[in-house]
Order: sequence, then C-alpha cells, then structure tokens
Amino acid sequence: MIGDVLTVAWKEWRELFQLGGSHRGGRFSLVLLIGVFGVFLPLQSGAEWVQSPATVFYWGWVPLMLVGSAVADSFAGERERHTLETLLASRLPDRAILLGKMLAAVAYGWGLVIVMLALSLLTVNIAARSGAWLMFPWRFAVGAPLLALLGAGLAATAGVLVSLRAPTVRQAAQTLNVGILLLMFVPALGIQVLPESWKAQMGAWTLAIGIDGLLWVAAGLLALVDLSLLAAAFARFRRARLVLD
Amino acid sequence: MSAPAIIRTEGLTRTFGSVRAVDGLDLEIPSGTVFGFLGPNGAGKTTTIRLLLGLLEPTGGRATVLGFDTRADGGSIREQSGALLEHHGLYERLSAEDNLTFYARVWRIGGEARAARIRALLQPLGLWERRGEPVGRWSRGMKQKLAVARALLHKPSLLFLDEPTAGLDPVAAATLRDELGTLVQREGVTVFLTTHNLVEAERLCSRVAVIKQGRLLAVGHPDELKASRATRAEITGRGFNEAMLALLRGRPGVVRAQLQNGRIVLELAESAETAPLVGLIVQSGGLVEEVRKDKGSLEDVFLTLMEEEP
Repeated sequence: MIGDVLTVAWKEWRELFQLGGSHRGGRFSLVLLIGVFGVFLPLQSGAEWVQSPATVFYWGWVPLMLVGSAVADSFAGERERHTLETLLASRLPDRAILLGKMLAAVAYGWGLVIVMLALSLLTVNIAARSGAWLMFPWRFAVGAPLLALLGAGLAATAGVLVSLRAPTVRQAAQTLNVGILLLMFVPALGIQVLPESWKAQMGAWTLAIGIDGLLWVAAGLLALVDLSLLAAAFARFRRARLVLD
Repeated sequence: MSAPAIIRTEGLTRTFGSVRAVDGLDLEIPSGTVFGFLGPNGAGKTTTIRLLLGLLEPTGGRATVLGFDTRADGGSIREQSGALLEHHGLYERLSAEDNLTFYARVWRIGGEARAARIRALLQPLGLWERRGEPVGRWSRGMKQKLAVARALLHKPSLLFLDEPTAGLDPVAAATLRDELGTLVQREGVTVFLTTHNLVEAERLCSRVAVIKQGRLLAVGHPDELKASRATRAEITGRGFNEAMLALLRGRPGVVRAQLQNGRIVLELAESAETAPLVGLIVQSGGLVEEVRKDKGSLEDVFLTLMEEEP
C-alpha cells in the first residue's frame, strides 16, 4: 500500500514539475509568493519576523494558497485529459490513488513552506547584520512547520474532495479558491460582529492559555478538520461513479 | 480438449435509467483467443469492457474474468489484465519513458527488469529513440502504439483493447494492426478487442461476436459466421433497374436483391443457381458484363445482421 501511494505521488510530482505553456502563470505566482514570504515580509518586519510569536500562525494558511492550484488538477485534470479511466483500470487500490494524490500536494505545499522559512531566516539575518545569528524560538521552529503541514493537509483533502466531482480543473480551482477565501475572511469578519462581552471572554481565554496553548488548539482543530475531510474523500471515491463522470 | 474460458458471462446486463446498454449477454471466451467484439457506436462494447474490468457493477447477471467474479474481485481482475480503453490514457506532459515507468511501478516492476521491459516493448514499435520526448508532441498513431506497449508492460494474461485503431489514418491503422498482431502473438496474451472495423476483426480475431443495442446477435469464428450466411453474387453491367430486382426477388433461393453503385448484389440460399438469374436479367434487357460469386466478407455478415435485427 505504501509503495502504491508513493508511486502515485511520484507521478503527480513528475507532472507538476513538467508544467509549461499555460501553467507559466502558475509558476510566476509561486515565485511571487516565495518572494513575499521569503524576502519581502521578513525585510519589512526585521527581527520581529523571527521573534514575534504571532507570525507562527501565518504558516498555517500559506500552504492553502500554494497547494490549491496543484490539487485542483488531481482528479479533474485526469478527467479532462482522459487519463482517469486508464488509472482506474489499473491494479491500484482506491486508497492508494487518493492518498498518493494528497501526499504529492501536501509534500509540495509543505516543502515550499520550509523553503520559505529558511529563506526568510536568511533574509532577516542578512538584513539585520547584527553579528549574532538570529534563530526562530522553539515554539516557532516546531509550530510553523506543524501548522504548515496541517494547513497543507487541509488544502489537499479539501482540494481532492472538490476535484473528485469537478468537471474541469478551472471549476475545481474556482470552487477551491472561493472556499479558501471564505475560510480566511469569515472567521475574521465573524469575530467583528460578536457581542463585546463574547469578545472580552475570548480575549481573556486567549490570554489564559497563552500563545503555546493557542498553537496547540489551532493544530488540534486543523487536524480534526483534515481527518474529517479525508474520511469524506474516502467515502466519496467510487470507481464506477468516476468512470461514468 | 478446448482451452478453459478466461471470460464467462451469464445474462450480463447493465442499464442506465431506461437504457439497456448491455442486455443479457452470454459469452464464453477461451484462453489464448483474440476475441473480436463487433458492434456499431453505442452498441454496448465499452460498457461491456467496463463491466468485465469490474469498473462498473452489472444490474443483472454475472461475469467471471480470469476466474474472478467481477462484482467481488474487480481488483484481482485488474491486477492480471491490461487495458487500452476508449482514450489512450497517456500523460502527455510526461515522456514516453516516464509514462511506462509509472505504470511499471504500478505493477511493481522494478530496477533492471523495468528498463529491459520498456526497451523490449519500445524498440519493435520504433519508439525507443524518442522515449525521452513528451508524449504530447507525438502523432496519434505513435501515442496509440505507446498505449499498447503500456497495456502489455506487466505481461498480462488478458488484454482489453477498446477500438485501438479508431481515429487513426489508414496507414497508421494498418501499421498498428500489424504490430498489434505481432506483439499479441509474441506475448501469448488473450485479447478482448472491440471494434467496428471489420477488416481489423477479420485480420486479428480467431473468434468474433456481434452486438447491437446491448444484445448478442452472433458469435463464432469469422469463417463460421461467413459460412452461416447466404452466398453473395455481384453482377456488374448496364441497364439494371428496380423491375429486374422485383423479378429476381420473386425467384426461389433469392434471399435479397439490391442495386449497389450500379451493380446488382444478390444474397442467395445455398441451393440457388446463379445462371437462371443471370438469364432473367438478360431477358429483361440488362447487359451483364461480369458475375462474381463468393461467400461474402465479415462486413457483409455484419451489415446483414445489423439490418435484420430491429
């Protein structure tokens, strides 16, 4: 099973890195994102980028932007390019196909975040020229990769779920982008309209559990959503239905 | 002793709403056969392949392939089968070698065996030198050849080919047909080939079945099917008309009389004599230049079956 998952992931990666022509726009967006999170924002923030506890939470949603386009292609792309039925007619088990596609997307998103983190650390140190090497505190060094992994997992599971039913890659990407925007803005806007007493209670609770507690709560919630979406994807993957789609 | 059946279907049925795509199909295909499954577009050929591969569940009847029930053991069937389906299914951004490497990994062919197998399949097809190119740049004929190679990669016991030469120009189709014949013989694989190209079926298949609207109309060796049909006489000349056809149709032993491209085409019962019929045409004012009599081709059998069945 693990071998099959890795085989599917290998193919996904090969395809992802063979992108050309119409996908050059995607490459430009990728370079732009790496530039923003690896160079521009760290330069703007200076040492704060490394030391501020709040920045750790950025890294939970950065993969959402990175993984979306790759994972939208997972099933919708195979359907659009008429390769899905041949894949389904192979000996690969359902779960290996699903998990292989998810693994490729997660590894892609998470790997890029690690590159961005390393680049941002380098940028901050070069800009600071303080003599002493600035390092992420342990909370950041553990929390950022963990949240990035869970964020990539969220994008991958949600993306595969959308892509399983979308007739085209474009439609899958649009649905996914709308979902990601809602995920980012609805909680922020929702908090604004809460009664003041609730806000005060939430503030007090946040202070009580601290940044570390908040990090674990966020990680726990993300893990729960990831697992729910994974279960939904397993339930929704039906060879017969995919063939007829 | 006859070879054991590699595919057996009993009343196999699949409906989509009110449409019966496959309707009570009874088939028995011996191992080692190149079996042609003939039918017009929409006859149920692709649905049958999907049912036999366990990709679709039948709504009635049952099928066993390679000894496995299609409902319960689709995975085992797919493990031992190769398939070139309606679309070639190649990843066009990837090179030919990457496409084959992926499917070799799927079938757990590793290391040197993988490289040797890829070479052994690509070289006779003339694709070895271009294995590093993205498949998207290739012609349709080359892609189909590569898809055949992919389907044979893991040395399957059973190969499903769904209209492998469809959409190819006549030269590419003939080339692929020849190479397919050679490969299939070399690999010793049982083939289930769907096609509406009757020349292809006649060239490649040792047994054929004809299907229309999901129902099986005939099955047997191409020669048996031809022998079971009426003798065909083709009369070339001038001055032929409908009145002559009406006279001919009234004669005993004449199953059918038609005008085709200025020629009279007769289908005759085994006992019918041609000479009196030619005499009748001459007496009616027709000028006969040539009479050809044969058993007819598989195409004639196919067309007759299509016309006979509602």
